[in-house]
Amino acid sequence: MSAERTFEYIGTRPIRHDGLDKVTGRANYGADFTLPGMLHGHVLRSPHAHARIVSIDTSAAEATPGVKAVITGKDIPKTNAKLSLGEAAMELGPMGDNALAHDKALYEGHAVAAVAATSPEIAREAAEKIVVVYEVLKPVMTVDQALAPGATILHDDLVTKGKPLADAPKHTNVALRMELKRGDLEAGFAAADLIVERTFTTPMVHQGYIEPHACVARYGEDGQVLVWTTTQGHFIVRDASAGILGIDAAKVKVVPSEIGGGFGGKIPVYLEPLAIVLSRKAHRPVKMVMSRDDVFRASGPTSGTKVRMKIGAKKDGTLVAASASLYYEAGAYPGSPAGAGAMCVIAPYTIPNFMIEAYDIVVNRPKVAAYRAPGSPAAMFATESVIDEIAQKLGMDPIDLRLKNAAQEGDSAPYGPKYGPIGLKQVLEATKAHPHWKAPLGPNQGRGVACGFWFNAGLNSTATVSLSADGSATVVTGNPDIGGTRVAQAMMVSEELGIPVERVRPTVADTDSIGYNDLTGGSRVCYATGMAVIKAAQDARDQLCARAAKIWDVDPSCVAWERGRAIPLNGASDKEPLTVSALAAKMTATGGPIVGRGAVSAPMAGPGFATNICDIEVDKETGVSRVVRYTAIQDVGKAVHPSYVEGQMQGGAVQGIGWALNEEYIYDEAGHLENAGFLDYRMPVASDLPMIDTVLIEVANPLHPYGVRGVGEVPIVPPLAAVANAMAGATGVRFTDLPLSPPRVLKALSGA
Amino acid sequence: MSTIHVRTTVNGEPTEFLCEPAETLLDALRNRLGLTGTKEGCGTGDCGSCSVLLEGRLVPSCLVLAAEAIDREVLTVEGVAVGDALHPVQQAFLEQAALQCGICTPGLVVAAKSLLDRNTNPTEQEVRFWLAGNLCRCTGYDKIVRAVMDAAEVMRNETSEVRA
Amino acid sequence: MLTQRYEAPTTVADAVRLMQADPQATPLAGGTDLLVQYRVGLRRPSAFVDLKRIPGLVGITLDEVGMRLGAATSAAEVCEHGEARRLWPGLVEAVGLLGSTQIQGRGSVGGNLCNGSPAADTTCPLIVNRARAVIAGPQGERTVDVDGFTTGPHKTVLAPGEVLVALWVPRPAAGTGDAYLRLIPRSEMDIAAAGAAVSVTLDKGGTCTAARVAIAAVAPTALLVPAAAEALIGTKLDDAALVRAGEAASAAARSIGDKRGTAAYRRTVVGVLTRRAASIAAARARASH
Ligand SMILES: Cc1cc2nc3c(=O)[nH]c(=O)nc-3n(C[C@H](O)[C@H](O)[C@H](O)COP(=O)(O)OP(=O)(O)OC[C@H]3O[C@@H](n4cnc5c(N)ncnc54)[C@H](O)[C@@H]3O)c2cc1C
Ligand code: FES
Ligand code: FES
Repeated sequence: MSAERTFEYIGTRPIRHDGLDKVTGRANYGADFTLPGMLHGHVLRSPHAHARIVSIDTSAAEATPGVKAVITGKDIPKTNAKLSLGEAAMELGPMGDNALAHDKALYEGHAVAAVAATSPEIAREAAEKIVVVYEVLKPVMTVDQALAPGATILHDDLVTKGKPLADAPKHTNVALRMELKRGDLEAGFAAADLIVERTFTTPMVHQGYIEPHACVARYGEDGQVLVWTTTQGHFIVRDASAGILGIDAAKVKVVPSEIGGGFGGKIPVYLEPLAIVLSRKAHRPVKMVMSRDDVFRASGPTSGTKVRMKIGAKKDGTLVAASASLYYEAGAYPGSPAGAGAMCVIAPYTIPNFMIEAYDIVVNRPKVAAYRAPGSPAAMFATESVIDEIAQKLGMDPIDLRLKNAAQEGDSAPYGPKYGPIGLKQVLEATKAHPHWKAPLGPNQGRGVACGFWFNAGLNSTATVSLSADGSATVVTGNPDIGGTRVAQAMMVSEELGIPVERVRPTVADTDSIGYNDLTGGSRVCYATGMAVIKAAQDARDQLCARAAKIWDVDPSCVAWERGRAIPLNGASDKEPLTVSALAAKMTATGGPIVGRGAVSAPMAGPGFATNICDIEVDKETGVSRVVRYTAIQDVGKAVHPSYVEGQMQGGAVQGIGWALNEEYIYDEAGHLENAGFLDYRMPVASDLPMIDTVLIEVANPLHPYGVRGVGEVPIVPPLAAVANAMAGATGVRFTDLPLSPPRVLKALSGA
Repeated sequence: MSTIHVRTTVNGEPTEFLCEPAETLLDALRNRLGLTGTKEGCGTGDCGSCSVLLEGRLVPSCLVLAAEAIDREVLTVEGVAVGDALHPVQQAFLEQAALQCGICTPGLVVAAKSLLDRNTNPTEQEVRFWLAGNLCRCTGYDKIVRAVMDAAEVMRNETSEVRA
Repeated sequence: MLTQRYEAPTTVADAVRLMQADPQATPLAGGTDLLVQYRVGLRRPSAFVDLKRIPGLVGITLDEVGMRLGAATSAAEVCEHGEARRLWPGLVEAVGLLGSTQIQGRGSVGGNLCNGSPAADTTCPLIVNRARAVIAGPQGERTVDVDGFTTGPHKTVLAPGEVLVALWVPRPAAGTGDAYLRLIPRSEMDIAAAGAAVSVTLDKGGTCTAARVAIAAVAPTALLVPAAAEALIGTKLDDAALVRAGEAASAAARSIGDKRGTAAYRRTVVGVLTRRAASIAAARARASH
């Protein structure tokens, strides 16, 4: 079994192959690419949150010297096509409408026209000359407004999917209602000694990747398209752009640049279809780059949410019943992660009786995109706050309460399947045993703990491993490397072939140069693409063994592979073992190039659990708080490169801390975003934070040959409640609305 | 519009380019000189990705006009390493895994170098406050701060070796 | 229209002439306000008049009467000036709060003042230190108090063609200490939701003989609060006096609510900051005897 396996390379910390280029400024990101004769695109965006587009007059823009093409929604076909993304499907119609509005502007910043010109300045000035006549409509900014009787309706043709309530209105902003149930809810609550019920809200927040969206597109007169772009999934860019524009995917080649962060936000296409159409019109390549303002207003943040959570417990801490209602803002088109939130909300615990409903609700805000464990942080903020309160009211240690109810192997997840080996209990035990949990607190300080859960995705991946005559190897995959996945893939090749990591060169190939790969997301790259890499390396290894058999003139069954060498078995034991280098040197003579292939459709990756301990210090006169100590504990399956696993845990924790303390989209009543910049959006800066300690628990995932689990997403789940629970400890006030910004904290303290 | 002829020094090399009056140093470095190591994360001074040294001082190149570089010295991330010798900060970033996506890295390398040019014995808090204008969304800063502290130690040892 | 010209005069007279000839020409110091406003389309000057090549506009000189701070001197240079920090720790700390290290490499105290934001961090400490603004214009030079220099949000006493040349800060009297505190949600990189500057002078017996209190981000301009000063003068700066000064500051606040904080929040917090700043200023004043 994989847990027993001892590794030579897996678990070490080699320097990443793409590191030198990145510390010297040589690496090319989205905005760093140019083509000869390139034009610059600029998008004109709606100043209104909700408006019907009556007319668009582009003549003045077209007449501006230097302008080569102007497009509006008319240039993007309306489509009903869908793109399958593993189990989920992406609707391409709304994605195209989101990229360039057809009939209605559905949020402030919604693209309504685009210009390509010889310089960015000319393009911008020309765009400002486009005259758009709007019929301004009342904006719907919150789930409460969207659900209110008589609410303005965003999409006249929207019908509620899933399980709408019997008395639900037909004309609605609810895109989906889903339900998960088990047991007898009433009986469950009747058996409870203590019931805690509260309603929680979290604001719309942005992934906050530092690199804005950027691409260059060239449309050839023969219909061949080249797109260079920063994305989490260039195959998605290819298929989505082709699908939206009604062109053959095979005619579109997408080259991924280095990517400056995504966290889920660089999955949809925004600029690419526009750049392609502008290029088609102008007969020249077109570059498009979002400003930071554009990124905030018009890319895909994650849902603001409202969650009503009710949990019943016995005196001994046994959780007996839970009910939850999750209301998630989808933004302008359906597709919030409410469903995922519902599946996560009580996933860490075995609660026999529950009823969970989730609503996906359209509002006049940007269409949400994925953001690290989409749906889970807001849901688990509610659960973990209520659990903390139950522990407090029962006088129990909050970790003991969780341990008492923690799911383990064989328990049925609330969303159906039985858990395989999972590490929740081990994580909780490690949390309890950590010195941080028992360390004394200073004045005005509080400590909070919280759990997190995420599924982790599998999906499709392809990899090839090719040997060079000198015994070095290349490994090619199709997943943009956002945080060190190249080095991890090289390490897997090293592990299988027994050659040093420095002798393996990992490459991220474009859509023409490798088979299909789903996106970098869902914490799937090290796991699923890793499986493809291991398969490809094993394929190469099998070929090496066959070559050894040929050289030794023995039956292939007489050759085995051990520590980087083909070794002879019975019937060939007089032969000297052959190293990779020795075999590769004879490649031509023994049958030609050695190329290993791996293509997998990996199952769901085995869920990840984490806990965080947070110490916070509060200035009770101003409401300002600082995180003073932080520890993240996580079941990581098997840490391939521990430094980058720790990095995921630390980065996720800090994003979660930002979500808890200061980050939020602030809109005025008319639906204008008031803080579309880093100065007022307030992500954590270096001086806001302590070191983030990490504890890696390794409970091998049986689905993966090394036991790897996805590690990238669950880190952002626990912090929201960990911070809020710490705040409750420091102030004696339980906070149900994020962010815990100084004015809100002070108000609660003076009211208390 | 009157195009401006700029004579300046970039990474030690005498350099000339033409620019528009309102063009930023960031745009000129990237688009006129092909020095795309300096990144734009915001264009409004808030993220530090565009950090360069101007006359030895750490500045956001998105808020410097290209024309201001006339007769001045500019150092970008491309000029931090000397030949094949990485600066200790760059080496420490690699060893500490202080980058994930790496988009913030050029700005951080330049900012950290400018700190260590002044002080090779900074405290953790000094490092954190000096770098507060460099946003990193991937790492949570932990490994970045460690890398800068490590680089400082390497630099202290180097100077003591030179002295010895 | 995009900005068409970049000018880098080397004398004050040239700068004034340029601006007189073209009322749309705009002075550029560090550009950390101006170039941001340009970028987001709020301002489209016809020309940027870079002041940093004018010798007297950059640099710090100290003599027995006070400090002359060139209007376009970068914040970083101010913070590196040990003697200035010793004499006006509150003022120099405020300069050290501007933005980030990068912003401080560019941004100037003069620019902070001329931009006229009610939340400017260095204006209140200048006011409590009785700083004067040296202005050059078509009619020659004039000097005005920094208190009153800003007349409304982004409005100043500068007439067309006028340039702020320098700030002049008199040496503090013996037994004086100053302090500035602001409230931001993060630890750095934020615009103040409220700020308070205090300067106090103590006699040898520890009695406060002079005080000035000015508050930021709670009114259309930086606000001198005489009532808060009066609460301190004549006392030993005991806790009760500090509390009264804080209350006076809160009472004087005419705050509005916005994305950086509600009006009520700002009013409460400016009192807390005033009390705490007064306490730090008092400790500094005591230490200076
Ligand atoms: C990321 C970031 C963070 C910031 N943080 C802070 C902060 O914490 N606290 C704070 O108070 N401010 C902050 N600011 C605002 C800004 O940095 C300061 O106001 C700075 O002091 C402005 O100085 P400057 O030299 O850059 O001014 P500039 O931008 O060059 O000029 C500002 C204005 O004053 C005019 N002007 C400048 N000098 C003169 C002169 N000598 N005579 C006449 N007019 C003149 C200009 O025409 C312009 O209108 C921040 C800005 C950014 C981008
Ligand atoms: S690009 Fe200059 S600070 Fe962000
Ligand atoms: S490594 Fe991605 S922003 Fe810092």
